[in-house]
Amino acid sequence: MARINLDVNGKVHTIDADPDMPLLYALRNDIGLNNPHFGCGLAQCGACTVHLNGQAIRSCVTPVSAIGTGKVVTLAGLGTPEKPHPIQKAYVEEQVPQCGYCINGWVMTAAALLNEKKKPTDAEINNALTGLKCRCGTHMNIVRAVKRASEMMG
Amino acid sequence: MTKMENPANFSRRSLLKTGGALVVSIGAPIALDTVLGIDAAHAQASGTKPPLTPDQLSTFIAVNGDGSVSAFFGKMDMGQGLFAAIGQIVAEELDVPFKTVKVLMGDTATSVNQGGASGSTGVQLGGKQMRVAAAEARRVLVEMASQRLSIPADQLTVTDGVVHAKADPSKKASYAELIGGRYFNVPLEWNKELGNTLYAPGKAKPKDPKDYKIVGKPLPREDIAPIVYAQTDFCTDVKRPGMLHARMIRPPVAGSTPVKVDEASIQDIPGAKVYLEKGFLAVYAENEWNAIKASQKLKVEWSNVQPSFVEQVALYDHIRKTPPRKHQDEGKQAGNVEEAFRTAARVVEAEYEWPFQSHASMGPACALVEIQDGNVTCWTGSQKPHFVQNGISRTIDVPLDKVHVVWVVGPGSYGRSDADDAAMDAAVLAKVTGRPVRVQYTRDQGTGWDPKGPASIHRARAALDAQGNIVAYEFVSKGFSRVDVNTNGSQPHDTLAGHFRGIALKSGDNFGIPGESYEFANKKTYWETIPPLLDRASPLRSSHLRDPVGPQIHFASESFMDEIASTIGVDPLELRLRYVKDARDIALLKAVAEKANWQSRPSPRRDQTGNKVSGRGIAYSQRNGTRVAIVAEIEVDRTTGKISVRKFTVAHDCGQIINPAGLKHTIEGNMIQGMSRTIWEETKFDTKNVTSIDWMSYPILDITERPAEIDIVLIDRPNVAPSGAGEPSMRPLSAAIANAIFDATGVRIRRVPFTPESVRQAMS
Repeated sequence: MARINLDVNGKVHTIDADPDMPLLYALRNDIGLNNPHFGCGLAQCGACTVHLNGQAIRSCVTPVSAIGTGKVVTLAGLGTPEKPHPIQKAYVEEQVPQCGYCINGWVMTAAALLNEKKKPTDAEINNALTGLKCRCGTHMNIVRAVKRASEMMG
Repeated sequence: MTKMENPANFSRRSLLKTGGALVVSIGAPIALDTVLGIDAAHAQASGTKPPLTPDQLSTFIAVNGDGSVSAFFGKMDMGQGLFAAIGQIVAEELDVPFKTVKVLMGDTATSVNQGGASGSTGVQLGGKQMRVAAAEARRVLVEMASQRLSIPADQLTVTDGVVHAKADPSKKASYAELIGGRYFNVPLEWNKELGNTLYAPGKAKPKDPKDYKIVGKPLPREDIAPIVYAQTDFCTDVKRPGMLHARMIRPPVAGSTPVKVDEASIQDIPGAKVYLEKGFLAVYAENEWNAIKASQKLKVEWSNVQPSFVEQVALYDHIRKTPPRKHQDEGKQAGNVEEAFRTAARVVEAEYEWPFQSHASMGPACALVEIQDGNVTCWTGSQKPHFVQNGISRTIDVPLDKVHVVWVVGPGSYGRSDADDAAMDAAVLAKVTGRPVRVQYTRDQGTGWDPKGPASIHRARAALDAQGNIVAYEFVSKGFSRVDVNTNGSQPHDTLAGHFRGIALKSGDNFGIPGESYEFANKKTYWETIPPLLDRASPLRSSHLRDPVGPQIHFASESFMDEIASTIGVDPLELRLRYVKDARDIALLKAVAEKANWQSRPSPRRDQTGNKVSGRGIAYSQRNGTRVAIVAEIEVDRTTGKISVRKFTVAHDCGQIINPAGLKHTIEGNMIQGMSRTIWEETKFDTKNVTSIDWMSYPILDITERPAEIDIVLIDRPNVAPSGAGEPSMRPLSAAIANAIFDATGVRIRRVPFTPESVRQAMS
């Protein structure tokens, strides 16, 4: 066990944890952020995706000890109904989710892409999102939302 | 107000806090007084509150103190927009604003068993009941207003929850004034059935559809924003004080059982413990990571059993050769098929194959069970919580009325998934540990050990006369049963907790035949089922997977119609129109053809050279009243075997449309999931176990493989009772793609999935 500081959504949390424990469990169980989801534990689906220093990472395979002083942002920290990230606003407007369990992968990955490049090409959108999973099959809506968010970002 | 109240946080007390909802009665309204929490409401149900039974209006509708409406629904929304659709139906019949209706779903303490999510009947059957209940509530409220205002009921109308005189709107009484905060005490005429077929109308006649103001509108789902802003708790997110985290340990060889469990192998993991009962093996710990580590480190010696499964390459031969356990004629049989085949000028025959497929939900199942003072509470993502209530009662031997099951949205649900198994596992562990237990399955369990959609073969043959007319048609499905384990978790013999704890599997028999309206002078359709490969806890046990057995049957039947068409050199649409007799089917086929700009010609094209060739295919089917026709326009890369969809055109007729926006999203999801099952999905196994255990070994359709376009034609029939939409559009999809591949390449593919490798092989 080790004392570990984690900067999550702009607040530093101190937890006692096995350094090998994936960040996902620290977020869900120690810090009380339910939203990053367990989907596979294998970095194959994206349900656990968060930002680490602005990059989308899979928290299910990232040991807490590897975060260091990095800044972690979860979906809850990305935006709020009052101050949404454009991809969140677009997700609501396009009515994207069905069950919604996969949302972290798509929204956090798309947000990272759009933050870096407001007007990604279709190929860049595909490159960013390939490999993420949505079992309900909202693929068409997801891409519509990314394009709508891109338009909002001007 | 939001359409979706998180059931986990809901109690009647919370309703009262926001304005107070008591029970109203037509004779003597009963105060929602007691302001009870769910458990207390249960206990006192015989006192102040009308019983939670289907013959009571209060079971379905309550008007709260502030005039808002609560609708209690015994089915649930699996992400296809039922919160909105049911809210629209209730708001319409009650004449209240849509925004004032809250729909509460899937909690056994606040709803009766309307079948859960089942067979695309959310609107078709669940909505039907909510419609008559809401209509009855309006009738009762108008009658109450009539008494209060001394105005005959036929001279009153309702606007936004206010009853007023037609002639003088100032003479009025609001729903809140009339009944707010009290329960209805009004009997309904219940047909004494539970589940999907439950029906309990009152005296009121629902509205004429021409008067609809809310039904038919593309209103947005209100449960989406909370998901997008990380405010929605899923069943995986429920936590209880003192909760233990558990992981199940499944055998490496299906059928084997633990002989020796080395508890010392996890002794260095804080708090980690083992529970073993016959074949039921779990580890648990206070801390989730410790439970995970224990599940990985635990050393188990397993019994040496003869592997049960056939080699995967021999699967279809096994189905072909195994004597059927049950043979069932189904559908309208006509004429004398054997005689017609004896005298046929020409016979067309083909056989099609469909693999086992997994629910492979986005997350593996999770459930939490807590037992306090003999009262059991289960939080589950199961789409049939009322059946889970029965299952827990039987599995851990507690009275049914001591079990409370709360549905909390799960990580996707497409039928009889692993969710019911997880709920029973958690119940067993909660009972033996005396603590709340959260069971979270692992990815390999979610894909490897969920109940599978059954593998099958389908044989079709048609007899043609000298002019190419179809004079006889025979179709048979043969496969593993769709109810090897039943479609819900109400019986221990249908769940893994039962099987592993020594309760014998009671494998049932059911399959199906094509849903269409083709009329042939001689027609025979039937199905046959074979026994499961393993007669106890099996990762290849089969049950319902979205549109149970529909994709496999119609892949075969609608591919076969094209095989007949190409044999006689007729356009595939034209052939269908020659034999389809139902007027709505004919209109549907014409609608899809017109939208897709279908050009009449036989398949295949035979005019293309080069590596990339394109083609078009059509297919159609019925499902419990709904009809769907699809035109697929695809491209095949002859070098790689990769199929790209340029466009799906879909015509969809489910009668009256409640919410066209929700319907379009539902159709799109069906199309993508259906395309995934067609192109990629096959549960792989060896003789010992399932080997498809994650997203690499069970790939699904990637976002980069999405169709370039999906064009949907909604056929609205306001005066035809609505039928389902949750599954039907997946049904004809595989055949539409197969027919398009044939059109493009001249190669007929009769086995799913159409992976690049299998398409390449078929073309070589």
